[in-house]
Amino acid sequence: MSKSPFSFPVFRLEAERLAFRRGGRALVENLSFRLTNGDALVVTGANGAGKSTLLRGLAGFLSAYAGSALLIDQAGDQETIASHGHYVGHQEGSKPALTARENLAFWQAMLTLPGLTSDMTPEAALTQLGVPQVADLPVAYLSAGQKRRVGLARLLLAPRLVWILDEPLTALDAAGQGLLTSLIKNHLGCGGMVIAATHAPLGIDSLHLELGGKP
Amino acid sequence: MSPSPLMALFSREIRVARRLGGGSTMGIIFFLILVTIVPFAIGPDLNLLSRIGPAILWIAALLATLLGLDRLFQADHEDGSLDLMLTSDTPLELIVLVKCLAHWVVTGLPLVIAAPLFGLMLALDPQALWAVTLSLLAGTPALALLGAIGAALTVTLRRGGLLMAILILPLAIPVLIFGVSAASASLSATTPFWPPFLILCALTLATLAAAPFAVAAALRHMSE
Repeated sequence: MSKSPFSFPVFRLEAERLAFRRGGRALVENLSFRLTNGDALVVTGANGAGKSTLLRGLAGFLSAYAGSALLIDQAGDQETIASHGHYVGHQEGSKPALTARENLAFWQAMLTLPGLTSDMTPEAALTQLGVPQVADLPVAYLSAGQKRRVGLARLLLAPRLVWILDEPLTALDAAGQGLLTSLIKNHLGCGGMVIAATHAPLGIDSLHLELGGKP
Repeated sequence: MSPSPLMALFSREIRVARRLGGGSTMGIIFFLILVTIVPFAIGPDLNLLSRIGPAILWIAALLATLLGLDRLFQADHEDGSLDLMLTSDTPLELIVLVKCLAHWVVTGLPLVIAAPLFGLMLALDPQALWAVTLSLLAGTPALALLGAIGAALTVTLRRGGLLMAILILPLAIPVLIFGVSAASASLSATTPFWPPFLILCALTLATLAAAPFAVAAALRHMSE
């Protein structure tokens, strides 16, 4: 596994009395937490407890009903998590008609932040994720696990501080899960942050947040 | 060296449209069928045909523009691309504009190119052929941008195509009025070409300026 030569600038993530609602129902309420560089937060909870809602909210797709979650740099400037975050959800964001390489090259161009470019190519990222053979195949022909690996390759192509992972282990085999764990460790080692919702243990040292679900 | 985000988006849209096929050819065939059907309906009166020909071409172009428009943002919504685009550094308004441009190049531009050929079938004289083609070139971008508003508003609806048509066809009326009056200018001595054509251009420019904001606002709201 290649070590990234750089480390992320110093930021802290502060969530302050955060609340999200879905369909008028409060799913997440009065939630506060803090992360600094190199921290991972694992969110667990029963089905319907609001894990995905929380992650979509942190990624900026839902507006908070109350409270705020912001990144604060050393100078005290506030920035949104969305502008520094990768979101990996249940869909991969890959176009079935395009090859894995074309999809990844597109997302690399789209998601790269100024000053945080990666010289990694889509092929190299696919090789790191153990699926170099799919580069020229249309994504429509890939298995669920291969699609997920192509989706995760995005994380390597455009370096971003915060990884927001919603059930990242879904569809991955044992080797893939081990691979993801080492990618996450590598990211944390560079000073990144990871917020993951998961049912299975990720095998990393992390802060833990249990959402109490009302079924 | 990676290309700029908007160039990458444009080439992705064109590639997806080309691989899936259908987009341009289906639009042109639909356009052709509409233009062919009208003479059957109104009978073989060449004078009448050449008098209403520009209007027929415009209505056919309007309906052909609606084809495939409902998938403009829906496909991206379903496969998660839309969420990822929201986290991009590039403003959503520009992303919308580039997607509309790519959609117009794939579906609108072929109609403009085919219009003079189909105009021959409606017994248009050469001057009217030019006028129709020019007015379609100036007007179809406005139709695509207006359509994008409808597509964004119905992005989460499974069968939003019809609702989208109901929402945007009334908005397209001004474009249709000035498009057809510019296109029919050569048919009578009293109507000039330039005033309606310039108003048509102004409508397109105004839509170009306003629609991306409306579409982006709708998409942000719908992604919640």
